Amino acid sequence: MTATTLEDADRRKAWGFAAPALLWTLAFFVVPFLFMAAMSLWKREGREIVRVWNLDNYLRVFSESALLQGLVNSLEITVIVTVLSVLLAYPLAWIIAERVPKGFQRMALILAILPFWTSYVVRSYSWLLVLSKNGVINQMLTGLGLIAEPLEIASTRTATVIGFVHFFVMLLTLTIYSNLIQLSPNYRRAAADLGANAFQTFWHVVLPLTLPGIMTGAFLTFVLCIGDYVTPQILGGNNELVLPQIIMLQLGRRADFPMAAALSIILMLAVTAAYVLCARWLKIERA
Amino acid sequence: MMQSVHDGAHLRRFFSSVAASAIVAASLVSVPAPAFATEELNALVWCDHTDPALVEPFEKANDVKVNLKVYEGTGAALSILDQSRPGDWDVLVIDGVDVHRAIDLDLLAEMPADALPTADIFPEVRMEANNMKDGKTYAVTEKFGYNTISYDKSKVDPKDMQDLSVIWSDKYKGRIALYDYYLPMIGLVGLGLGKKTADLTEADMPAIKEKLAAMRAVSKQVSDVVSSQTALATGEVDILVGGGEWITAVLSADKPNLDWTIPEQGAVRWAQSIGVMKDSSKQDLALKFVQYIVSPEGQARLATSSCYWAMPANSKAGEHLTDQQKAALRFNQQAEYLKKTQLYPIPSTELDQQFQDAWTEMLQQ
Repeated sequence: MTATTLEDADRRKAWGFAAPALLWTLAFFVVPFLFMAAMSLWKREGREIVRVWNLDNYLRVFSESALLQGLVNSLEITVIVTVLSVLLAYPLAWIIAERVPKGFQRMALILAILPFWTSYVVRSYSWLLVLSKNGVINQMLTGLGLIAEPLEIASTRTATVIGFVHFFVMLLTLTIYSNLIQLSPNYRRAAADLGANAFQTFWHVVLPLTLPGIMTGAFLTFVLCIGDYVTPQILGGNNELVLPQIIMLQLGRRADFPMAAALSIILMLAVTAAYVLCARWLKIERA
Repeated sequence: MMQSVHDGAHLRRFFSSVAASAIVAASLVSVPAPAFATEELNALVWCDHTDPALVEPFEKANDVKVNLKVYEGTGAALSILDQSRPGDWDVLVIDGVDVHRAIDLDLLAEMPADALPTADIFPEVRMEANNMKDGKTYAVTEKFGYNTISYDKSKVDPKDMQDLSVIWSDKYKGRIALYDYYLPMIGLVGLGLGKKTADLTEADMPAIKEKLAAMRAVSKQVSDVVSSQTALATGEVDILVGGGEWITAVLSADKPNLDWTIPEQGAVRWAQSIGVMKDSSKQDLALKFVQYIVSPEGQARLATSSCYWAMPANSKAGEHLTDQQKAALRFNQQAEYLKKTQLYPIPSTELDQQFQDAWTEMLQQ
């Protein structure tokens, strides 16, 4: 058998292995995406969807303040949540990886991600009770005499951010922890040999080497947060609408599928932009 | 009738208790039935029909198993029916304002008028214009309620709740939740402006927008049923605009401080109807089920269903309600309440778009 024939056989085998995944992606991502993109270029008039190519939906998003504000709110909240989650998750992951004895690390991780086991909706409603005027936090603060009047936390952006951060800290802890434990102690020893103190070692060695874990978690946080509907709906008190809520309004109330599709495409573009920014750290490779 | 009408109307009741979520999770609920029931009846219903206390007596009395499927909004019901074979469904519960839509789609069977307790039904909710066509009866109103003002009487002055202008006054600023369903809410705004819900037009939009903005400015949140109910129950807010007996009555035993009223200017009314499916092969049994639901006993059980409470359409249901239940439902004040309330607005497609735009703008303020 010639080398060319072997290569052809390998190529066929490779396509054979890849075919199910490709077909799956084609059927459940590419085709629906193309349909959604086409739908976004149609428009709803009265109760009919008019199949005439136009950019009206996109123009409306950027000309109607209520719609544009949804995009702005989504980006603001997502950036705040992502930054806060990283700042909280990193020390937690570091403590588990570096300070918790090896034998207890698994238990510590399980405890850290325990809230994952609760339904997302139930967890959001639980936060609503915790943050409410008569909730645990306000009762504790007023009981200790630290505040005279209850804080207005529930039904605000702060409540939405707290709900999100609670969820995403768990996610980020996992990605950062997995990065930290793969880090060879030799890097730190080498830095110490070269005269670096603990902070310099962290800043110039550990942090750059754990950036892939941070960015992977941050990207996942960004994607999940910007597309989430439940938390802002329950904890935000509808005091400001984010993009997924506006998409739901188009679908659930107006049956304006073209506008919902246009907003979804914009949402995907935001996620794509985040991916481009994080891409250099998101390479899947083994050391 | 617009899709939006159905979905919102349904959602209000669908989520009217946390328990409803669990009910819907099951989606197709088979209520425990006689072990060897000889027949089955399939009903497409709202969540209040899934309370075993409502269905079991009928099953035992008729040796039948009633299969109940809860749906979300008339649009969803029509979609389910579209995907079903003729005869799959025997009974349909539907938003009172959507009965004609089902009639026009030839889904409902005519019911003999003398088989229904029409005379016992509160005249204002007989809704002949909705439940009948060409003199023939296709559905009967089974339950109704109000989008009005619910409040915590230990925190606010009940006298203030008698004036609808409280919903945009500064007196309770930051202590008000707005129910997130634009149709009844805009209906309430219209009433506050002195306009009947049926008379709202495009010309009223500037005034409506102004009042919506004023309501928004004094409110703490705009929320769905569960969040609104939670906010009122936990003291997060003291007033829920758009609420009613369906929010507070089910909590009356545990939270006697929660109350509701119809202000002097009036409030908005909703209603649900029940009918027999035209393609049902069990027309007699289906009619028997409808008769049971609108009987005084069935009505009392439906009114106090575990999913949500609301007024029974049959005025004789009061004989089977306890004093506490009647007090929570304001059963004895219905004559006065019915006079003061109107069905929620049913706008044209164009006006509906304007209503929704105004509501979205208000949410983003």
